[in-house]
Amino acid sequence: MNSSNQIQSIINDLSRQESGKMVAVLTKIFGTDHIEMAEDVVQDAFVKALEYWRKQGVPDYPKAWLYRTAKNRAIDIIRKNKHDNIIDFSDPKKQLLTSNYTLQTTMDSFWEDKHIKDDFLGMMYACCHPDISPENQITFILKILCGFSTKEIARSFITTEDTISKRLYRTKEYFRKHKIHPKIPSADKISNRTETVLGAIYLLFNEGYSATHSNQLIRKDLIQQAMILCKSLLSSEQTRLPSVYALMSLMCFQAARVDSRLTQEGELILLPKQDRTIWNKILIKSGEKYLNEGAFGKSLSTYHLEAAIAYHHCTAKSYKNTDWTAILKYYDMLLNIKNDPIVFLNRCLVILELKGPKAALKLIKSVPLDKILEKYYLYYAALGEIYQRLGYNTKAVSNYEKAVQLTYSKQEIQFLKSKIASVLN
Amino acid sequence: MKEFMFLFRGGDEIWDTKTSEEQQDHMQHWQQWIGSIAEQDKFISGERLYSEGITVLEGGKTTDRPLTEGKELVGGFLRVKADSMEEAVEMAKGCPGFEWDNHAVEVREVWPEN
Repeated sequence: MNSSNQIQSIINDLSRQESGKMVAVLTKIFGTDHIEMAEDVVQDAFVKALEYWRKQGVPDYPKAWLYRTAKNRAIDIIRKNKHDNIIDFSDPKKQLLTSNYTLQTTMDSFWEDKHIKDDFLGMMYACCHPDISPENQITFILKILCGFSTKEIARSFITTEDTISKRLYRTKEYFRKHKIHPKIPSADKISNRTETVLGAIYLLFNEGYSATHSNQLIRKDLIQQAMILCKSLLSSEQTRLPSVYALMSLMCFQAARVDSRLTQEGELILLPKQDRTIWNKILIKSGEKYLNEGAFGKSLSTYHLEAAIAYHHCTAKSYKNTDWTAILKYYDMLLNIKNDPIVFLNRCLVILELKGPKAALKLIKSVPLDKILEKYYLYYAALGEIYQRLGYNTKAVSNYEKAVQLTYSKQEIQFLKSKIASVLN
Repeated sequence: MKEFMFLFRGGDEIWDTKTSEEQQDHMQHWQQWIGSIAEQDKFISGERLYSEGITVLEGGKTTDRPLTEGKELVGGFLRVKADSMEEAVEMAKGCPGFEWDNHAVEVREVWPEN
């Protein structure tokens, strides 16, 4: 017999893996107007699991047990509601849910593996409707597809449960108002719609990857969820696009380095000082595999280029040995696709490595200080670094100080302060 | 389009003698049959009935056994749409109940005709 804690942890893992699929299937059955109904059924199944498994032990096929429990509950709900027009049964397949001759078999067919996969992906596209704001997209994804509680999401985004509830409510209202039906978009729309989905997945990944969190567990959870979502897009022929492989590759390369980015005390370690021996070699290999697999089709996405850059960092023997020339080429290509200030600043740092601080200073000063750069801590952090290498200590310190004022991240502030200290000593 | 009711006659006695796989398999056939009717947008509703029941007789007397013989017992019904009695009869011929102990499907048009 498993201990209570073991059972809780088995259930938590199952909740992350299965509840999204279950909610997606049930939403298909009950209709998009009744996502809460679907969530309640899933919640119920997990509550029952906890109760029964504690008494009787974990069943041999826990996933099947959960699915069966959810199906039975769904059948109860349908029987109770079939005469009061709450659920829309007009679709021919759903009509069969209204007769006891066909209710069970129809319910079973909704839960066939193939349908589960499509419904899950369909729900992912619905969550990432372009009219829904990115922050609402990822909030909804975590709640509906990743089995996060409102409390867990609030902790992940360092905000209140109230804020999260409001975001969830707004998205559900949007679904209701616009009669959104979760489905995988048609071939002519798949490319555009997938771009939005990938944007949300990458945002989720970066929530975990960026050092705003001191809690390692939360960060790793977010990173893992983002990777699972991307992998599920790769599992279906319709959604297996080059950019999906590229993002998967990029996330593998980034995730491989996640343990080397912070000290035990939670301080940020930048690339030159990271311990390359603890980088995850299996993930780096996977990253290479996905990058190769994603090399088809006509379009080169920003993910391809970012993955190529990350590949060079991951495979360089040391910081000094990094192939900066190749990396510069990819930054040039990135800037050609989108004129992004972050890309520009990163390119300046590549120039700093490749051609020295004078060239980097000339480049960074060559663009006007627009509203975005002006508020961006990395701009001042980069300037600080350049001035420090040039030996202009006063300017270096004043830029680092400005950067400190522009970031809220504890780790980044700590890092910048140690930079200031290194100039002054 | 007219409305018809199929009354499935013949009890469910065989049901309990079958394994759960056989039962599931049999219900798949019902699913396919009713599913094909639904796909033509001709399904209205349908239910299985328990074989136990009470019959109320004239004068308020009741009997706890249906008066009919097993094979006359109504085991369930289905309401469908069809253009004509002929079409409805053709539809009824596909009833999977005949595979087991369904004795007859009675096809009746619902009143009034519209």
